[in-house]
This record gives sequence, structure tokens and C-alpha cells, in this order.
Amino acid sequence: MDFSLIFSQIINGLQTGSVYALVALGYSMVYGIILLLNFAHGDIIMVGAYTAFYAITSFHLHPLLSVVLAVAVSTVLGVVIEKVAYTPLRSAPRLSLLITAIGISFLLENGAQLLFGADTKSMDTIVTGNMMLFGTSVSYAALLTIVVSIAAMVVLTFLVQKTKLGKAMRAVSEDMGAAQLMGISLNKTISFTFAVGSALAGIGSILYLCAYPQASPTMGSMLGLKAFVAAVLGGIGSIPGAMIGGFVIGLLEAMVSAAGLSVWKDGAVFAILIVVLLVKPTGILGRQITEKV
Amino acid sequence: MNAKQNKLIRIPMPLRYLINLALILALWGVFTGLMGAGVITNYWSGILIMVGVNIILAVSLNIATGYLGQLPLGHAGFMAVGAYTGGIFIKSTPAADLLKAGNAAACLPYIIAALLLSAVVAGIFGLIIGIPALRLRGDYLAIITLGFGEIIRVVLTNIDSLLGFKFTFGAAGLKRIPKFSGFHLVFVCVVLSCMLIHMIMKSRHGRAILSIRENEIAAESVGINTTYYKTMAFVVSAMLAGVAGCLYAGYLGSLYPATFRFMKSIEILVMVVLGGMGSMLGSILSATVLTILPELLRSVADYRMVAYSLALVLMMIFRPKGLLGSYDFSMSRLLEKALNTLFHRNAKTEKGGGAQ
Repeated sequence: MDFSLIFSQIINGLQTGSVYALVALGYSMVYGIILLLNFAHGDIIMVGAYTAFYAITSFHLHPLLSVVLAVAVSTVLGVVIEKVAYTPLRSAPRLSLLITAIGISFLLENGAQLLFGADTKSMDTIVTGNMMLFGTSVSYAALLTIVVSIAAMVVLTFLVQKTKLGKAMRAVSEDMGAAQLMGISLNKTISFTFAVGSALAGIGSILYLCAYPQASPTMGSMLGLKAFVAAVLGGIGSIPGAMIGGFVIGLLEAMVSAAGLSVWKDGAVFAILIVVLLVKPTGILGRQITEKV
Repeated sequence: MNAKQNKLIRIPMPLRYLINLALILALWGVFTGLMGAGVITNYWSGILIMVGVNIILAVSLNIATGYLGQLPLGHAGFMAVGAYTGGIFIKSTPAADLLKAGNAAACLPYIIAALLLSAVVAGIFGLIIGIPALRLRGDYLAIITLGFGEIIRVVLTNIDSLLGFKFTFGAAGLKRIPKFSGFHLVFVCVVLSCMLIHMIMKSRHGRAILSIRENEIAAESVGINTTYYKTMAFVVSAMLAGVAGCLYAGYLGSLYPATFRFMKSIEILVMVVLGGMGSMLGSILSATVLTILPELLRSVADYRMVAYSLALVLMMIFRPKGLLGSYDFSMSRLLEKALNTLFHRNAKTEKGGGAQ
């Protein structure tokens, strides 16, 4: 393999990896705060993608406006799901919460199948054009995806570390009861976390459309699962961890495909998950949590 | 029935088994009679077979979810292993020709061997997956079993290219499996599975499994080998799923890896959760209803999965223990109750009677 081929594969990997990373950030934040593996997160991406698809193809909105619309719809959906399904179960056993999340995920998937049909909807690419980088042709879409996801991570880090709401989020994830006693509104903080996570999923859906300009009801489930693997790999609850995890998974997929084994792609990702869970369940950057009796 | 005045009537164990046997035989008699009389058409007896397969799947997942309190999401993977093992094995035996010749009795040994082999292979997979997976808990266990389930599917789809010969026939599907799953075979398998689970759960081992569900640390501190019992429950669960898979292969006659997606695992989970986690009767009833209902509601089939998922969410919010909770049906207990109210109307005033 010559250099330009390897380079273009790396760019491909980073592009998909960026999408995984953005989605993984959402998983990671929600898991960090209420210890819920939000299965519905992947399907929020699907809804975002459909929103953008219809906004562009049926209503002929300006792409930028469609992007804003998709992000807004995803955000609202995320908060509504949290309010309707997860809030009543806040004191319920974890198993119930997890089953609810699975239920919501399937509700969204099958609802979309009823509303939009089971077929894959294709559209024109949003971002076109290529540029030459180190003698290799790189699409603007790939560069945009990578830049947007890194920017999102920077903004998110600022949000969590420097703002009052971010402080509240960290406090709630540390100790829910104590945070409440300090006058932090649990409902507000958790809703805000879901809003941010879902907004990231919305951005992720747009970036996904840049890479693969098509929408289908089940597109979110595999994407969501892989993003979760990325979150676990990077260390759940850690923002840079989710980013690293996403890039690693994306690069791994690109490498497996480049080696001509693309049918084993999904298997390789889940194999990584299993190895990580067995060797270092806290992930690359995760913190050690000791379990209290 | 002329026990002492103060004592509540207890039905002795052997008699309880006889009562259960009589119930099972009666149920079998009713179904056979209805089929003989043509009330249950061929179409419906096919659905009855699927009901049986789903019952085995639900009660087997119930071991891991209801009794052990974990949430494996890869049950369809074990079913797939069982289905492919049974399918490939039975295809390699002369059973197909025997069945075609109408000589069902002669191929019974092959069928039994296929069922046992499916159980064993699925059990081995359960062991391989269970030992690492059960070190984790809750969400992580869910996600790792999901990962394993997906890997099983990917392997089934692509293994032929690695082996260099046709083994699972990939996405094109394993076809022309002799259709050996009749009503009687499935009925016997359902009864045996339920009996096995019942006997395990009523034994020392079953109590150990339940104690792990209630509090793992407490269970460990009273000397229960939690790793052993968790693995045991997981392996039994996988083995029965393998049997169900084998019956499924023998009913449909062709297998496709895509059948055993994550979606299938969720379908089984819905059956367990709706019926009541930890209730065998609940699993059986909801498996039956959820298999028959879609057949009755063919016109609105598109809404099936939407209704399933909605039911799952609503159930968790309003009745998280499932319809029946952990209630289990016992004919003997009902009889005891009836006898006691008949003969000892004053028994209620007595504290600490014989029954617990």
C-alpha cells in the first residue's frame, strides 16, 4: 500500500470516527449523570437525519437552516424522552430503566418505519468538492466533519468545566443526593444534559448525512451501538475519552475495510468492546469506581 | 382428607407430581383431540409450534433475567447457535430420506441427537460467553452479551469464506432442513424445559440463584459460590435457547442469519418482561399471547412492533414487575387452598398452621 492510499483511509476513518465520537459524547454524558445506557440515543440521530432529509428534499430549505432544524428537533426529542420515560423511573431499579430505554429505541425505530417507510431514502450530498492534501484528494465533507466534531468537543469541555450548569452537571454525576442538598435542581440539570447530548446527536446526524447521504429507520441502531462501544473504549463519563474512542473505532473500521475484510467490520468493533470490558472496564481515560456495599 | 382438626391439609410431594402430570396429559389430550377433530387446522398447529418455540425461549431467558436478575441481550445468538447446529447436523444424517418415506419413528434417534447436540453446543457457547460476561453487571453485561450476539450473527454470515467450503451458507441461508418439528415433539420439549427449570428453581441451586438476584454481596458472604451459580444459570438458559433454536430450524426448514438480529433478542425479552420477570407462568402466557396475537391481527401487522415497544415502556413505568410479577401457578397450591377452605373454615383463626 502506498502512502496516499493509507492517508485517504486514515481520513475516512477519522471522518466516521468523528461521527462516532459526537454520538459517544452524548452516551457518555447521559451515562455519567444518571447511569443509564440510553439506547434511544442512536435513534435520535435517525430522527435528526430524517428531519434534515425532508427539510432539504421536500421543503427545499437552505441546508444551513435544515441543519439548525435537525439539531433543534433532536434536542427537543431528547428532552421529551427524558421527561416522559426516564423521569418517572428515576428511583426504579436500573434494570427497569434499561428496559425502558430499549423500549423507547424500538418505538422510535418502528414509528419511523411506519411514518417514513422501511426503505432507505437517498439524497444529494450536502457538501461537495475535494481538495488536495499531501498529494491525496480529500473531500470537504470529511474535513468539515473532523473540524466540527473537534470544535464540538472543545465547546463541550468549556461548557462542563467553566459554566455554572456544567458545574451542576459534574456535581450531580458525583453524588445526586448531595448535589440536591446543595440546592442544585436535579430535573433541570438532567434535562440540560439530555438536551446537550441530543443536540450533539443532531449534529452527528448531519455529519453522517455528509458522509452517507441516506436515511433509514434502522440507521441509528448500529451507529448508536458502535458509538457506545467508542464511549466504553474511551472511558465512560470522560469527554476526551469519548473522542479518542470514536476516532479509534473509526480508524479500526477503515483499516479492517482496507484489508479487504469489510464484512467483518461489525464483528471487529464488538470484539474490541469485549476485550476492553474484560481487560480494562473503565476504558482508556475512565476513572476507577469502587463499589460500595 | 381427614387430617386433624387443627392442621391445614398439605398435599404430599408424589401426589403433587401426579397432579401436574395429569394436567399436562389433559392439556396434551385437548390439543390432540382438537387437532384430530379438525378444529385446529394445519395453519394453526403450525402457529402452535411457534408458540412452543417461543415459550421455551421465554422461559429460558427468564432464568437469566427473572431469576438471576441480569439482562443478557444476546439470547437470539444462542438460539442461532442451536438452530444452525441442529440444522447442519440433521442435514448430514439420513433423517431427511426417512422423513420423506414417512418413517418418522426411525428418524427419532436423529432428532433427539440433534436436539441434544444443539443444547450442548449452545451451552458451550453460553459457557464461553458467560464466564467473561458475568464478571460484569447490569448495563455492561447487557452490552457485552449484545456484542457477542452480534458477533455470532456476523460469524454465521461470513464463516464460509474463511472455511473455504459451504457450512452455514451465509446470508443466502441454510435451506432444505428436514422439517421434523411436529406438535408432539415441541409439546414434549416445552414440558421438559419447564420441568427442568422448575426442578432447578425449587432446589438448593435455585435458591442460590435467587439469593444472587436479591443481593449478590450478601449471597457471597453466606458462602454461595456466586460465580458458579451465575454461570450455571446462564449456561442452562443458553442450552434451552439452543433447543428452541433447533426446533425452530426443524419447523421452518430454512435458516437465515438475519433472523437472529438484535431485534429477535428484544422480542424474547418483551415476552419475559410483559409476563413478569421471575414468573414462569407469566413467560408462558405472554409468549403464547404475543405469538398468536400478530396472527389474529394480520391486517395491522405494521403496528406490531410499535405496540410491543410501547407496551414495554408503559409496563416499566406503571407496573415494572410485569403483569404477573413473580407469581407462579401451582395447581396443588390451589387444590390445597380449596380443600383448606372446605374443611377448615376455622383454620384462619389459628396462628401458624401447617402451610407456609
